[in-house]
Amino acid sequence: MKEKIFINARIIDPSQKMDEKGSVIIDANGKIKSIGSNVKNSEASPSAEIIDLKNNIIIPGLVDMKAFVGEPGYEYKENFRTLSEAALAGGVTSIVTMPNTKPIIDNVSMVDFIIRRGRDKAVVNLFPCGALTKQMEGSLMTEFGLLSAKGIVGFSDVKTTVQNTETMARIMDYASDIGVLIMQHAEDYELSKNGCINEGEISNRLGLEGISNLAEKIIIERDLTLLSKYPCRYHINQISSRESLDVIKKNKINGKKFSAGVSINNLSLNENDIGDFKTFLKLSPPLRLEDDRVALVEGIKEGLIDVIVSDHVPEDEESKRLPFAQAATGAIGIETLLPLALELYHNESLSLNKIIETLTINPAKILKINKGTLKKGSDADICVFNLDSPWVVKAEKLKSKSKNTAIENRNLQGKILMTFLNGELVFNQQ
Amino acid sequence: MAVIKKKSAIKKSPKHLLGIQNLSILEAKKILSEAKFFIKLNRSKSKKLNVLRGKTQINLFFEPSTRTQSSFDLAGKRLGADVMTMNMGNSALKKGETLIDTAMTLNAMHPDLIVIRHQDSGAPNLLSQKVNCAVINAGDGRREHPTQALLDALTIINRKGKIEGLKIAICGDILHSRVARSNIYLMNMLGAEVNVIAPKTLMPSSIERLGVKAFTDMRKGLDGCDIVMMLRLQNERMQGSFLPSKREYYEYFGLTPEKLKYASKDALIMHPGPMNRGVEIDTKLADDINVSLIKEQVELGVAVRMACLKMYCK
Repeated sequence: MKEKIFINARIIDPSQKMDEKGSVIIDANGKIKSIGSNVKNSEASPSAEIIDLKNNIIIPGLVDMKAFVGEPGYEYKENFRTLSEAALAGGVTSIVTMPNTKPIIDNVSMVDFIIRRGRDKAVVNLFPCGALTKQMEGSLMTEFGLLSAKGIVGFSDVKTTVQNTETMARIMDYASDIGVLIMQHAEDYELSKNGCINEGEISNRLGLEGISNLAEKIIIERDLTLLSKYPCRYHINQISSRESLDVIKKNKINGKKFSAGVSINNLSLNENDIGDFKTFLKLSPPLRLEDDRVALVEGIKEGLIDVIVSDHVPEDEESKRLPFAQAATGAIGIETLLPLALELYHNESLSLNKIIETLTINPAKILKINKGTLKKGSDADICVFNLDSPWVVKAEKLKSKSKNTAIENRNLQGKILMTFLNGELVFNQQ
Repeated sequence: MAVIKKKSAIKKSPKHLLGIQNLSILEAKKILSEAKFFIKLNRSKSKKLNVLRGKTQINLFFEPSTRTQSSFDLAGKRLGADVMTMNMGNSALKKGETLIDTAMTLNAMHPDLIVIRHQDSGAPNLLSQKVNCAVINAGDGRREHPTQALLDALTIINRKGKIEGLKIAICGDILHSRVARSNIYLMNMLGAEVNVIAPKTLMPSSIERLGVKAFTDMRKGLDGCDIVMMLRLQNERMQGSFLPSKREYYEYFGLTPEKLKYASKDALIMHPGPMNRGVEIDTKLADDINVSLIKEQVELGVAVRMACLKMYCK
């Protein structure tokens, strides 16, 4: 590979607290050779390819901590190839894939399969997540040690929660000893079963069973109580309400160590967007009140929420063209993750640095992976974007195999121009 | 000279009747006044008209129903339509066909009206997006039952002369009731004051946002009410423990002559049926022709549905 030098770039890399005009040089091995305002063109080899970024922004490739790839079992919804195309078009170079495939990823041979298959078909860094309990049934823990050794970065039951407190205590106890990451979906099943949207006026008007925000809060409170005794690496996948945020705040003030994420959907939409039974906005956790959305944005600003995820859940049309209660839950979002997050910059809710931080170095730190940074010597996974160029989301133009976007026809500002993986150009807008 | 387009005096009739929430006050009043004519017709010797002659009406019932289904059936026939009733409980759905596919199949037969009852809220809305004919909601999940609210309104108007200014209590299982929701919207729209009365566990959260006052004490909730609408305790929709027992429910929320005294002197009782006698209503009270409008509701139901079918049929 030839060396590359990016000139006239605005470099934003929260891992080095860097936001400056300068250049980036990638060496022949696809690593960052030098970066910053002091980099001189002469540092690059004479044969280096020069890429003039014309003052566009260069950031570390995004790390998406929650995405579903249909393989194995749901290839008709998404496969490794389509997922990586969608990811790269969105500037995402590292993906944590969810284990709720068919069969479920809860044993070593499945991990082998997914890693080999991913290596052959995907053009993106894959970090598989394993099931927290066998068959995701919430009763028996999976082989945390063996699975981690095979390359599993975290453990989650994705859409379900371990309801039994004793089981959860044992899981956390065991995990605290061997240092694995628990990624909890916080939802009390008994409180939320049959529910499909936020409990309140809208659920009342639409005649749908609601999910109380208490369902989330109770599990977070329970787990954080357990965490005092069993201090494992604990992460809450997605929170959705102000109530949950209050619990997180209280516990973080008390010095407890854990992390929390939020879906870009819960930061950009609220329950009113569901309108007349739009099933593409049936999400888990559900969209809640505008007040909750505002609180979540505040939570990011205050550092109570560490990560923004796409919660990319591809669903085919047949699973969505049903009465609301029967329709599948989830929306795609990996390709629109950054542009939609930039909306929070353009409407002056969050700083650009904060947004990039939650999409790059923060998830990398939680996962303990060497990504999300452009420090000298790290892999040259890079996203280049234009901050201002406007565009309209059209489902049919998105690269995902399924087209269930929650933001069809939304006007966005900010476009991914190029994505590099280990220094190689893997997506180019032009 | 510029051509001045005349605005048509008669507004194009709306396409579907999906719920009271989507209905304008003008449309509601039009249905009600039209229905008044059909009351007289239904009481006369010759009940048959031919306004819908040559039209096809399909009643698509995914949930069992006696009175709504027979009422729509009769309404269509009295207007001269060809009526086909399909009970979907044990056919296509069990074979795995989706609602959309069923809709497409029926649509290919060129119906002019589809009357649908479905256990899922929003199913009529989904159906209406996929067919060319008018869709009338005969009850969906716990969302809406617009023709029930319209027939209730007609019954009240028939007795009290008006709805504006009346105080109406809706009592019982508000949480699971589409009848309650449709009535809240319609009675509010027509100018009544609405109280809802239910035990806490059967009262939806933020119900006040729909423009009602909520009570858990039946006596307080009935205070000064002109109409008392009792709802059926929907055992089939209740999963988990909502109430300690039917006996306790009757004690606090069952309508008895004693509790009725708290309402206004000439208060009238309504019930959408079917009744659980001795659970939500005292059996004698239900049959007391001086205060109970229950039979009249059934009678006027046919008239209201005739008006709806006529108005929405293209």
